[in-house]
Amino acid sequence: MTLLELFSVPFMQRALIAAFLVGIAAPAVGTYIVQRRLALMGDGIGHVAVTGVAIGLWTQTSPTWAAVIVAIAGAVVIEIVRERGHAEGDVALAMLFYGGLAGGVFVTGLAGTGASRLQEFLFGSILTISVDDLLVTMALAVVLIVICVGLSPQLFAVSQDADYAKVAGLPVRFYSILVAVLAALSVVIAMRTVGLLLVSALMVVPVAIVQQLTRSFRMTLLGAMGAGLAASVGGLVLAAALSRTGANVQPGPSIVLVALAGFFLVWPIGAWLRRRRALVAPFPETAPVEKPVDEAHPHHHGEKCGHVAVEHGDHVDYIHDGHRHAAHVGAEGEHYDEH
Amino acid sequence: MKPNGNSTVPSDVPVQLLHGDVALSGRPVLREVDLTVERGEFVALMGANGSGKSTLVRTLVGLNPLSAGRLELFGRPLAGFHDWSRVGYVPQRSTATGGVPASVWEVVASGRLTHRKLLRPLRSADRAAIRAALEVVGMDAYAHRGVAQLSGGQHQRVLIARALAGRPELLLLDEPTAGVDLPNQHALAGALGRLKEAGATIVLVAHELGPLAPLVDRAVVMRDGRKAYDGPPLSDADVHAQGFDAGHVHCDDASTPEPNAAVPTPLKEL
Repeated sequence: MTLLELFSVPFMQRALIAAFLVGIAAPAVGTYIVQRRLALMGDGIGHVAVTGVAIGLWTQTSPTWAAVIVAIAGAVVIEIVRERGHAEGDVALAMLFYGGLAGGVFVTGLAGTGASRLQEFLFGSILTISVDDLLVTMALAVVLIVICVGLSPQLFAVSQDADYAKVAGLPVRFYSILVAVLAALSVVIAMRTVGLLLVSALMVVPVAIVQQLTRSFRMTLLGAMGAGLAASVGGLVLAAALSRTGANVQPGPSIVLVALAGFFLVWPIGAWLRRRRALVAPFPETAPVEKPVDEAHPHHHGEKCGHVAVEHGDHVDYIHDGHRHAAHVGAEGEHYDEH
Repeated sequence: MKPNGNSTVPSDVPVQLLHGDVALSGRPVLREVDLTVERGEFVALMGANGSGKSTLVRTLVGLNPLSAGRLELFGRPLAGFHDWSRVGYVPQRSTATGGVPASVWEVVASGRLTHRKLLRPLRSADRAAIRAALEVVGMDAYAHRGVAQLSGGQHQRVLIARALAGRPELLLLDEPTAGVDLPNQHALAGALGRLKEAGATIVLVAHELGPLAPLVDRAVVMRDGRKAYDGPPLSDADVHAQGFDAGHVHCDDASTPEPNAAVPTPLKEL
């Protein structure tokens, strides 16, 4: 079967649609999670959702809806512990994570469902996405994207500076819990594609990729959605291509590895940009101790002379060979001072 | 900057705190603080670290609940006050960072949220207010830079611009000069001077006034959670010299200053 033929198979088409929407929605929520410095929150919710899936399988109701309920409950508890700012808060969160994972495996054992059924949810499984699952995923993904983009001024303000947002009259607690609920929903819609144990990577890694390059929140949000889409669809295609060779690669790990590969490709560019920005950071605006450059200075510094130009109060210093040269127009024409 | 014209009754007092007590995690921090700020006043809240001056300004904007006493903003009790577009707050710089890049423009634009409805884009009036606020603090050339790349003083000016973008009548600033170099302190003093001329009411927490001293109409000195002095401005040297700093000077009624403190001291000319 060629790769093209593989994409004409219905389950693969469903997986592609799911990967497409999840790839956009998860990093959109992830941007706010990273902005709130809660990059591990997705992992916590993912662990808690394992119990939800297990309960759904045991009671033979929908694992998806059971996961939605348990994940939202877990996310709200995490948000409340964070808001209270207890000193032992991280320990409380850690116990919630362990409890979620252990509870899920335990309940699966009680039900006698077997670990393989649970594993579909832990690491993703393209084969198991039913039409009903896909419809739920599509609807939730669209809701997540609309909220993350539509409410971005409010969510940005609350996540950037909660004190300020409160004084601006915004319902800060409502928006904080909303972000937690959005995170829970994105965990659930991504669990069939990426899997509960790796879902957090799809929320966080795209943000980490684009924030190497961006300076504004808007570009970070939109860029992360683009990077997530590329990683999600790219990873799925990679897993499908490898399956033709007889390998049995789940899409979750390959999506995460594609995203991480993107990070390591972009990282040198980010490092170069950061170095560049640090070089041209303005010098303090104090009056310089001027020392005329002794030797003849045949070179004329200017916008495109190739030397690093640094703002220094009302003028520009040019850096070359460890010196800071500033043009100075004196009585006998222009010369350069060492600043 | 024009004060917000609508819904203003000339008689309402921007800030009125009566016998305010504040406890943080069960520990009493502010005790029986009375503070009234009249329209157009420039009040400096001073005192040593831990004296309660930052707690007081956070209480005035509703971030710390009162355990006893009464707080009114513009003549309305805090619980019934919803007109937050009339209030601008500049928090301490260290609290205002996120884990994702944000541009100067975006941070200042969040100051317009008190005027914006949900799911509506920025209108031209919002953009004009953001540009004007950036010009007042002299940061208009930096609008598209990332806030992470600014110096401490520049970041502080951006936070002030964010508060100004909402066109507040009452501006409260928590330690705007802490860790800010002298040229930036002068830029800040220039911006606050223009606001004062436009009729804004300003309450500012400061450890030392520096270039802001000529603007101050009234100084309130806190000591150990109580108001130790309330009167004409003091020079930085007086605040320190008269023992408001030290925790060991006892007087029976802390709200009555020691006799020599009540004598107005001429401002140190800069």
